[in-house]
Amino acid sequence: MIRTHVLICGGTGCSSSNSMLLVDRMEAEIVKQGLGDEVKVVRTGCFGLCALGPVMIVYPEGTFYSRVTPDDVEEIVSEHFLKGRVVDRLVYRETEGEEKVEVPSLQETGFYKTQLRVALHNCGLIDPEQIDEYIAMDGYAALGKVLTTMTPEEVIQLMKDSGLRGRGGAGFPTGLKWEFAAKNKVPQKYVVCNADEGDPGAFMDRSVLEGDPHAVLEAMAIAGYAIGANKGYIYVRAEYPIAVKRLNIAIGQAREYGLLGKNIFDTGFDFDIETRLGAGAFVCGEETALITSIEGNRGEPKAKPPFPANKGLFGQPTIINNVETLANIPQIILKGPEWFASMGTEDSKGTKVFALGGKIVNTGLVEIPLGTTLREIIYDIGGGIPNGRKFKAAQTGGPSGGCIPAKFLDTPIDYGNLTRIGSMMGSGGLIVMDDTTCMVDVARFFLDFTVDESCGKCTPCRIGTRRLLEMLDKITSGNGTLEDLDKMEELCNYIKANAMCALGQTAPNPVLSTLKHFREEYEAHVVEKRCPAGVCKKLLRYEILPDKCKGCTKCARNCPVGAISGKVKEPHVIDQSKCIKCGACMEGCKFSAIIKK
Amino acid sequence: MKSLEELAQIRERMKNKVALREANGEIRIVVGMATCGIAAGARPVLNALVEQVAKQHLDNVTVTQTGCIGMCRLEPIVEVFMPNEERVTYVKMTPDKVPEVIEQHIKGGKPVVKYTIGAVEN
Repeated sequence: MIRTHVLICGGTGCSSSNSMLLVDRMEAEIVKQGLGDEVKVVRTGCFGLCALGPVMIVYPEGTFYSRVTPDDVEEIVSEHFLKGRVVDRLVYRETEGEEKVEVPSLQETGFYKTQLRVALHNCGLIDPEQIDEYIAMDGYAALGKVLTTMTPEEVIQLMKDSGLRGRGGAGFPTGLKWEFAAKNKVPQKYVVCNADEGDPGAFMDRSVLEGDPHAVLEAMAIAGYAIGANKGYIYVRAEYPIAVKRLNIAIGQAREYGLLGKNIFDTGFDFDIETRLGAGAFVCGEETALITSIEGNRGEPKAKPPFPANKGLFGQPTIINNVETLANIPQIILKGPEWFASMGTEDSKGTKVFALGGKIVNTGLVEIPLGTTLREIIYDIGGGIPNGRKFKAAQTGGPSGGCIPAKFLDTPIDYGNLTRIGSMMGSGGLIVMDDTTCMVDVARFFLDFTVDESCGKCTPCRIGTRRLLEMLDKITSGNGTLEDLDKMEELCNYIKANAMCALGQTAPNPVLSTLKHFREEYEAHVVEKRCPAGVCKKLLRYEILPDKCKGCTKCARNCPVGAISGKVKEPHVIDQSKCIKCGACMEGCKFSAIIKK
Repeated sequence: MKSLEELAQIRERMKNKVALREANGEIRIVVGMATCGIAAGARPVLNALVEQVAKQHLDNVTVTQTGCIGMCRLEPIVEVFMPNEERVTYVKMTPDKVPEVIEQHIKGGKPVVKYTIGAVEN
C-alpha cells in the first residue's frame, strides 16, 4: 500500500540540473531499502521555483525540499521515508542565512501563498505522462460535459461570459474569436494551438505542455466542437524536446482511450490532433506566419484581413489559441464563467502566469490574479531584489513590450493598464532590473533580437529596425547626438505605423518606452558621454586612485593587455588607449584603489 | 472509452491514488517511526493504518510519520489529532489493534481508551 508520494520536478529547469538522475536514484534507493510497496516516485511538471532546482515535494506531509543532489537521496530515503524524520538541511527556507524561519510546506511559502493557480493547477501535482492522473483531477470531464449537454452556441456564449482573453500577447477575447470562426459554415475548419513561445525569458507555455499536456488537448477538442472543426494542430518549438515528447505521449494515450479520434463519447463528434515542430523562428509565433509554416512554407506573415477565423490554415476558417489560454478552458467549463470572471479586473478576467527573471530572488514561474500590482509580484512573491540593490524597472512583453519604471510599481497589472504605461502583457515574461542595468543597453539588446528575427518581408521592419539598432549602437559607443534621439523617436513611430505584422509593429516598443521613462539616461550617454549604470563598455573608464594604491603590482599582472604600468610600492596608472575595459584589475584589487567611471 | 460512466470510473479509481497529494486531512494519524519505533514493529502498524484509511475511503484522514518522541519503551506509538480535540496517544500498537482504532475512534469519535498511554501506564 502506497503511503508516501515523492513528486520530483521533471520540467526543463530541474531536468537540466539533473532531476532525471534523481528520479532513477530515488527509485533504486527506495527498492534497496525495502520501501518499494510503500513509497511512490512521481515525475511531474514545473513547480515554479526553478532557481532552487532540483525541487521535490513529499506527500502527505507536503515537505518541500530544494537543491537536492543525487548524494542526498540515500539520506532522504532512510531518514524521511523510513524513519519519518524530515531532512532539515534540505528543507526550503525563504530567508536563507537569517534567523531560522522554517517553512516545510510548499503552500505556506510566501512564493506560493499569494499565487492563484488555474492554468498551472496540475503542474507539479500530477504525472504528465499518465492520463489516469489527469482524469483523477477531473480531466476530460469538461469535454464530456460539453459534448453531452451543451450546444456549440452555448459553449461560445459561456466563453464570452467568462471574459477570457488570449494569453499569447494581444489579449483578444477568446469567445469572440471562436464565434467568428463558428459563423463560417464550411465543412473543414481547424483549431491550432500556438506553442511557439519565443519571447526571451518566457517559459510558461513550455511548463504547461510539460506539466499538464492533456489540459491543452482537452481544450482544443472543446474548441473544435464549438466552432465545428475536427482537426487540430499544435505548433510547438523543436527547442522544447520534453514538451514535444510529453505532448506526443499524451496524444497517444488520449487516442487509446477514445478521447481523441472518431465518435468521442459516442456523440458522433470526431476530433484529432497532430503536432508540428517549429524551427525556432520568432516570427512564427505570429499567427499568419505560423499558419504558413504549418502549410509547409517559409514562415512569413500575411496581411490581415482576411483574419484566420475566416481564411486561415489551408485557406479554411481557423482559430489559433495560445497554450495558456487553452489551459484555462476546461476549468472554466467545469466551474462556470462566473467563477472565472470573479477573478481579475474589469477588462481582464482570470489569472496570468508570469515568468520571473532577471534581478530577482525567486526566479521562476508564478500565477496571479490579474490586477495584482507589480510590487506584490516582485517583493511578496518574487522575494525582492538580491544583494540589497534598488529596483529600477521591470520589462514585460519581451521584445514587443516595454520597460515599466518604479513609479508604476503600484499599478494593478492588466491588459489595459500595461498598454497605457507603454508596455504590453505579451506572453508573460517579466524581467526585473536593478540599478546596475543600463536602459539604453536593454533597448539595444531587444532591438538586436528583433533585427535577427525580422523575416525580411516588409521594409519598415527589415530596414527600419536595423537603422534603429545602428543609432542605439552609436549612442552606447558615445557618438550619439541629441538630434539622434528625436530621429529615433520618429523612426519608431514610422515602423509602428507601417510594419506588416505584430513583430515589426511592436519592435520599437522597448526603445519608445525607455525613451519615455528613462530619457535622462539616454541624455547622459549623449551629452556627458557617460553610462550611469556603468554597463556600456565604450563609455567606461577604469582609474587607479593614487592615494589608495599600494603598488602591489597585482593589477598589472592581471591585466590581459598590459595596459597598467608602475613601479613596485608606487601608485600604478592605466593607459586608457590600451585598456579594453574588462575589469580584471578592479576585481583583483585588495585595496579598492581602482574605480569605474 | 465510449461513455461518461467509463470516465467517471477511471476518475474514482484514480482519485484515491492521488488524494494523498491534497493535504486536506482534518484528522491526522501520526506514527512514530524512529529506530525505536521501527524496532518495536511500527512499520506493519503504519501500513495497516494506510491500508484501512484507503480501503474505507476516509478522505479526511492523513497518515504521516514522525520521529522519536522520547518514550521508546512504549513504541510503537500512534497519535491521533482531531480538530478541536486533545490529541490521543496510543502505545504498544499492533496491526491487530488498528481496525478497532479506525472504527471506534476515527469514524466513531470515541478513543479506544484501553490502548491509550493513560490506560497502559496505570
